[in-house]
Amino acid sequence: MSSKKRNTTLPYRLYELFSSMRFAIGLLTILAIASVIGTVLKQNEPYPNYAFEFGQFWFQFFELLGLYDVYHSGWFLTILAFLVLSTTLCIVRNGPGFVREMKGYREKASDTSLALMQHSCEVVGDADPAAVSRRLQGEGFSVREHRREDGSVVLAAKKGAANKLGYFFAHIAMVVICIGGLLDGNLPLKIAELAGRIVPETRDIPQSQVPAQSRLDTDNLSFRGNVTVGEGRSADVVFLNAGNGYLVQELPFIVTLKKFHVDYYSNGMPKLFASDLVVTDKATGKATEATIEVNKPLIVDGVAIYQASFGDGGSPLTLNAWNVARPDGKPVPIKGVSMASQPLRFGEQAFRLEFGELKVFNIEDIGETPGTADFGQKMKDVREVRKEKHVRNLGPSITYKLRDEQGQAREFHHYMAPIAQDGRQYLITGVRAEVGQPFQYLRLPLDEGMAVDRFMRLNAALANPALYDEIARRTAAQALSGGAISPELTRQFEDSVKWVLARFADGGFPALESFIDDKVPADKRQAIAQTYIKILQGTVPVVMDVADSQAGVAPTPVDEAKYRFLLDTLVASSALHELGAPVLLQLTGFEQVQASGLQLTRSPGKDLVYLGSLLLIIGIILMFYVREVRLWVVFHGARMRLAMTSNRHNRDLDRDFEHQHAALQQQVGASHAS
Amino acid sequence: MQASHSLHLSPRASWLKPGPLDWAYAVVVLIACAVAFWQYDHFMDVYEEAILAGSALGLIGLGWFWKDWRWYFPLSGLVSLAAIGIYDHELARAQEAFWLKYLLSSQSSIMWMCTLFVLATGMYWAGVLARSALLQKMGSGLTWAASVMGLAGLFTRWYESYLIGPDIGHIPVSNLYEVFVLFCLITALMYLYYEARFAARQMGAFVLLIISAAVAFIVWYAFDRQAHEIQPLIPALQSWWMKIHVPANFVGYGAFAIAAMLGIAELMVMRGWLADRLPSPEVLDEVMYKAIAIGFLFFTIATVLGAMWAADAWGGYWSWDPKETWALIVWLNYAAWLHVRLVKGWRGKPLAWWAVVGLFVTTFAFVGVNMFLSGLHSYGGL
Repeated sequence: MSSKKRNTTLPYRLYELFSSMRFAIGLLTILAIASVIGTVLKQNEPYPNYAFEFGQFWFQFFELLGLYDVYHSGWFLTILAFLVLSTTLCIVRNGPGFVREMKGYREKASDTSLALMQHSCEVVGDADPAAVSRRLQGEGFSVREHRREDGSVVLAAKKGAANKLGYFFAHIAMVVICIGGLLDGNLPLKIAELAGRIVPETRDIPQSQVPAQSRLDTDNLSFRGNVTVGEGRSADVVFLNAGNGYLVQELPFIVTLKKFHVDYYSNGMPKLFASDLVVTDKATGKATEATIEVNKPLIVDGVAIYQASFGDGGSPLTLNAWNVARPDGKPVPIKGVSMASQPLRFGEQAFRLEFGELKVFNIEDIGETPGTADFGQKMKDVREVRKEKHVRNLGPSITYKLRDEQGQAREFHHYMAPIAQDGRQYLITGVRAEVGQPFQYLRLPLDEGMAVDRFMRLNAALANPALYDEIARRTAAQALSGGAISPELTRQFEDSVKWVLARFADGGFPALESFIDDKVPADKRQAIAQTYIKILQGTVPVVMDVADSQAGVAPTPVDEAKYRFLLDTLVASSALHELGAPVLLQLTGFEQVQASGLQLTRSPGKDLVYLGSLLLIIGIILMFYVREVRLWVVFHGARMRLAMTSNRHNRDLDRDFEHQHAALQQQVGASHAS
Repeated sequence: MQASHSLHLSPRASWLKPGPLDWAYAVVVLIACAVAFWQYDHFMDVYEEAILAGSALGLIGLGWFWKDWRWYFPLSGLVSLAAIGIYDHELARAQEAFWLKYLLSSQSSIMWMCTLFVLATGMYWAGVLARSALLQKMGSGLTWAASVMGLAGLFTRWYESYLIGPDIGHIPVSNLYEVFVLFCLITALMYLYYEARFAARQMGAFVLLIISAAVAFIVWYAFDRQAHEIQPLIPALQSWWMKIHVPANFVGYGAFAIAAMLGIAELMVMRGWLADRLPSPEVLDEVMYKAIAIGFLFFTIATVLGAMWAADAWGGYWSWDPKETWALIVWLNYAAWLHVRLVKGWRGKPLAWWAVVGLFVTTFAFVGVNMFLSGLHSYGGL
């Protein structure tokens, strides 16, 4: 900038444009709009989700624009960089003038210009410049005296020069904050990614097999990554989100999770998440022990460790596998580990058993019966700040998927403990074929000992043709003695019982129903269906007796509760046909191993950002709340001129001017008196 | 009365020259804070002790700066202390003891606040339409009364939360219901300050409208959704940062709301609607500027505090979470507003429109983000 006047070269015009407020406001507007996009479109989702949502064409188009991670896209960072440039140039352009103004007193102001000021007046009389100067200094002004050539004296006073300082603070703050942010945005890594030296890993493979091109070593400038550590396990890397994949960041230390704690309020809301950690330095072997909580991170070696989430860390499980395809009433005990998968052979079928999360507590809000609230009740409710929550704990649950050789999977959601419904106890398992669907819940009735064995025995007996003869015989004998059938029909009745049992064993109620629909004329369906159900209801106590005696259990008389149990059994037995899997797993035991989700960050720009924030706040206070006031008193001998300006015209200045006017008039009197 | 008083103050800031009443007020505040410290120190960590000390100084400063505060704050405290006394460590008394049931329990206080704000709105409008200074003055009185009940209600709610359980107790700024009460309160108080400072009570007709809208939300939220029930704090909110981040934010929101309502008033006056009944556009313009300036300052502080809290709770001072991003948008909006006013010298219509539009942006950042966008700030889980 050798020539400052009318420089029209391109670089100078660019300089003018970039340092202009028009440009800065334009940038701010674009920044704001871009930011909105990032809040409306969910960021950093797995790419298939986007492809599914937008279709292939728009998915690729948006990917090209970097809309899946707007705030780290090249163009967004470019805008930020331009904002830094623009603000810097603004400071460079206006700074020198502001400094000059801050320092100067404008004591050479001419009488005409002073007279033209909005706050200007003549005061008749004479006062002592030294006394006026003293008074002004006492009021916080700094004063400069200037003797004009015509002999008149000018007192030029000012205060609140810090207002201009505020401008510097606020604008330098923006630059400092942006630099800090860009530092933490890790520009070198972005460049390495663009250049292809670093390539995100997209496969789901063990961490140790991730190739070097997707690994970052410990001297990486800044990072923010996550890792899940099970109790008693360690981690020495974290995973960083990178576009469609992830990067593996080496840590300078090893984090070991000793124990994870979770605590709940009485209403089931989470109260505490905490991890007992041991952090061992790789180089020195020095170990640091600490407990982190949400809001209480641990900082080791410039890396902050946060409590981010929690989950199952792979808990050993014991289960009973019940054959439901060919029920035999006897379970096969198996072992497993949650969050892991294992092969499961069942007869000639091979499955993959994929365990999901073990949840030890399932706290359910059962709500309350919505009564008819009258006005009085509503007023009472609205006064009440404490509401007793009706919650119950459904106990431990496990999810698992059973995947066949074709890759088709059914997902199960199983509760370990008995769950009471309508006063009776059930073992409950939900099943679904697709992830998006709701679970269909299967309720297996439990016996007095809260065990599922009796149901399974019954279910096996219902499906065992070898027992049908005896069952049919005993049922017919009972029906005969009760007078429900005549002796001539015994044979036919036995055949009916066997036929109904076989049909039911084949496909439950739906099998009977489809038979009726196929073979029975419409007007008789109702009656036939009633008959079948009566036969089943009459047969099932006999089935239980037969099954019990087979298993060596003493038969018990059928009372109301037992009868409900038997009806539930028929419903559950029928529903098992729709399970879509030959095996049902029952959780019998577990040893909980929790996992803690840790977030580890290194952000060297943080202090810079905080410094910038402090500067910004100070700057704003100075700009808005320090009023820059300038005041002139010109002593012409018999009369004086008082003039005032402020950087902002408002009623404060009117008030100040009134005050100064009055004070000056008083000092006229004072100098006369002395 | 306050207006004429403050206009004749000497140019040196009056709060630097405390009088006997100021000192008496300061002693009251110090005693209150000392008692709070002595009674409840075992609930506080070192940061909360610092916040208590800072609050004492801040409250003294505020009382010296704004004289009305010297009676308002102790009176609200007394009302709340009366409630606490009647409670006698027994939350169930809220439904039994007469005074708690009908006036002093936190919910009764807050419902009174709501009622009084609505009455004040009506009174201000009657005052404007009838050109009656008396009615407008009554509007002021009702607004003051509502503010006393509001602050007392929040204090009492704070106490009640500890009656539910020592592990559940927390400052009542933790959910949408509580911050809406805070919003009404802060907006009203800031407005009362400007009303006195600029001797322009007609502004109340506009400012109280937005407060009444918030009141409508509060009433619906409590009666229909039972949102007034005190919930314990999830781990992410268990932090001393909440005590400073949330109130600072609501000074910002309240100020922006005032600015928008004055923007509407200014636009109406410029069109000649009610022009002879409302303050001049210049006065409205100046109050609007003052509100945005103080709002911007506090919003900046709140956002910085929020960032520092996020650095403790979420693992980074800036995660481009929807709430953070919208806070930035609000901030950019008012930064631009201030730039064009101070640097370009814009005045009048465009700025008034801009302030009105700004309220929509602010409202989206305040409620819209929670309703429509999911993020860390919605506290859906850990």
